[in-house]
Amino acid sequence: MKLLTTPRIDRCIGCHSCSLACARLVHKQLSWSHAGIRIHSSGGLSTGFVAQVCLGCNPAPCVTACATGALSQRKGGGVIVRKKDCTGCGDCVTACPVDAISADPDGAVYVCIHCGRCVEFCPHSCLEFGEVDPLLRSLNHD
Amino acid sequence: MTEMIRVLVVDLDSGDHTVEEFEERSRVVGGSGLAAFLFARFGILGRPWDDPAQPFILAIGPLTGCYPLMSKTVCAFRSPYHDQYTESHAGGRSALALFFAGYDALVIVGKARVLSCLSVGSDHAVIEDTPFLQGMNVSAAGKLIRRMFPKSSGHRSILRIGPAGEIGSAMACVNADTYRHFGRLGGGAVMGVKKLKGIVIDGDSARPVPAGRAYRDTYRKVYEQVTSTDMMRKYYHLGTAVNLQGLNDIKSLPWFNLQKTSDEHIKTISGDVFADETLLRNGACSGCPVGCIHLGFFRDKFKEDARYLYHQVPYDYEPIFAAGTMLGVTNCFDVLRILEDMERVGVDAMSAGVALAWATEATEQGLISAKETIVGLRFGDTDAYQAAAGYLGTGYNDFYRLLADGTLKAAAVHGGAEFGCVLGQEMAGYATGPVFFAAQSLGFRHSHLDTGAYSWEQKNSETDVNRAVDFLIDDEPGRAFLTSMVSCLFARSVYNNEVLAECLTAAGFASLAGNIDEAAERVRKMRWQMRFATGFDPAEIEIPKRFYAVKTIRGPVDASSLDQLKAEYGRRITQLIASPDELHP
Repeated sequence: MKLLTTPRIDRCIGCHSCSLACARLVHKQLSWSHAGIRIHSSGGLSTGFVAQVCLGCNPAPCVTACATGALSQRKGGGVIVRKKDCTGCGDCVTACPVDAISADPDGAVYVCIHCGRCVEFCPHSCLEFGEVDPLLRSLNHD
Repeated sequence: MTEMIRVLVVDLDSGDHTVEEFEERSRVVGGSGLAAFLFARFGILGRPWDDPAQPFILAIGPLTGCYPLMSKTVCAFRSPYHDQYTESHAGGRSALALFFAGYDALVIVGKARVLSCLSVGSDHAVIEDTPFLQGMNVSAAGKLIRRMFPKSSGHRSILRIGPAGEIGSAMACVNADTYRHFGRLGGGAVMGVKKLKGIVIDGDSARPVPAGRAYRDTYRKVYEQVTSTDMMRKYYHLGTAVNLQGLNDIKSLPWFNLQKTSDEHIKTISGDVFADETLLRNGACSGCPVGCIHLGFFRDKFKEDARYLYHQVPYDYEPIFAAGTMLGVTNCFDVLRILEDMERVGVDAMSAGVALAWATEATEQGLISAKETIVGLRFGDTDAYQAAAGYLGTGYNDFYRLLADGTLKAAAVHGGAEFGCVLGQEMAGYATGPVFFAAQSLGFRHSHLDTGAYSWEQKNSETDVNRAVDFLIDDEPGRAFLTSMVSCLFARSVYNNEVLAECLTAAGFASLAGNIDEAAERVRKMRWQMRFATGFDPAEIEIPKRFYAVKTIRGPVDASSLDQLKAEYGRRITQLIASPDELHP
């Protein structure tokens, strides 16, 4: 199963093109935050950027926390989202140990669905979408 | 996208805020046009720039956040430099932050009780007392503001001023997200008068994607143009610093307070040298995949042993000219050191560099001495310029406080006006000849970006006055429309009228798309009408003698041509404001 990873995130220039693409193409919104991948400075702009994005846990703590089954385990890591079953309780947001899930004021949650549509919008190839070799992943810069 | 314009109005006197909506989208467009409209609505013509009731305006455009490089914000205010209406533009994150907060503009009126920070977002506008930030430099203030306002961390914009803004310096900039600036004409002083140290804009909400496939396709087309072609390479490769070598080659790079226009030391201070020696990394404005921000570094050894700290300083052509060649400083790391001291106190680097260049020549001529400047100024003396930048930014004594109001203000007291390199404001780094000198002197923002004068001058060897002025007049509306979108002007080759029409239509602004030329002309006129209404008179602008002594690769500047250009351009600008009144139709 393919996953979105950020192997070269240390090249990031903070243009937000990936999160804008996710919001625009996946969630049909124009937003920084209503997206499955969100870019932040790692403590002020002088220190570079980090990507807040689902790491593809298996088992995923957010799935365990979801009482309604709106989030279910995705084969190979990550989650499948059924929006209609989401009650907006926010338990998945707090369950995620790496803050990869965000919620808007109405309770709608945004998490990476590992579709890879953001990848082509990164001008510096920070992102990658494909099968992940667990051993090689340790060599990445994410 | 909606045709309705939503404006957040914050009154610092009362602490209240309101959201006002206007239906004038097709008339005022956004950005530059919207700012002029809002100044007509909230500005007070009969009162000076430092009346707290005067508005401080941030405006974005109909395409902000919708397309790549639609990433800049127009800041409009009555300038402390000339007490007239003006604009200053900056990138960073403020444009998208305002957009995602749900506003087309932020208008701030009144004066806070004590030095304060304003935090705004989709659901809040809060004024926090921050008297402890008084006198704090831009860097330290930024760190504290980030800690004080943790909401939307990473998805917000932080604008702040340094000591220069607090003392009301006409050279005070507004720092935007650490590495960008609303630089020119003293916007920082307007914040200072309002006792506003910082503005935090949380981009904490979302807007719907424009309906239809056309938007998605148009976005992709523009994105591919700016990322997959060489159209933007000059901006992200060496950046604007590439111009140093080119302008030196054609004897158009100001050196030593414009006593020279080329120098062999270019080999230690070119764009290539900055990239090879100092470039640490690149950054981008939010929504721009080009990433033209060049961050240089220098390091300090602060103990005898191998103990170092490093500093990151953004560089571009203009700051390098101002803190480098203009001051005779030819070591790239030294230029960054001076720039960082300017950054810390929050002065505009271009204005400060040119002012200190005048002060250096005035020192050489015996008009001033260390009695005024505290530290003796000599061309090439980095340590002296670092100290002087601090004195200028803090208004340390009467001399520096006077100089902070403009080079010619200081020259009026001490002499040396003939070599003050001022073209409406302290010059931009293009000694290309009379067309540029006339253009900056009379241009709306006194900016090299008001028109493409320096570029035109490099391509046209003959100075036909009418042809040159025709160019200046014809070139302005397109730029005014782009700064109403609000596009980065680096994208002007991408966003021609045909592409803009496509983008506007796909984003839901079909009526505007069908009237670009008309709207562009109207915006240009609105801006000039506001400028004239606040006191602009082209006849009052004088071009100092130094510019008449410039020699470029084409020979000496022709004095008669320069005078004719200035007179004719002034006449044509004045014609622009003839009725009808676009601000109060």
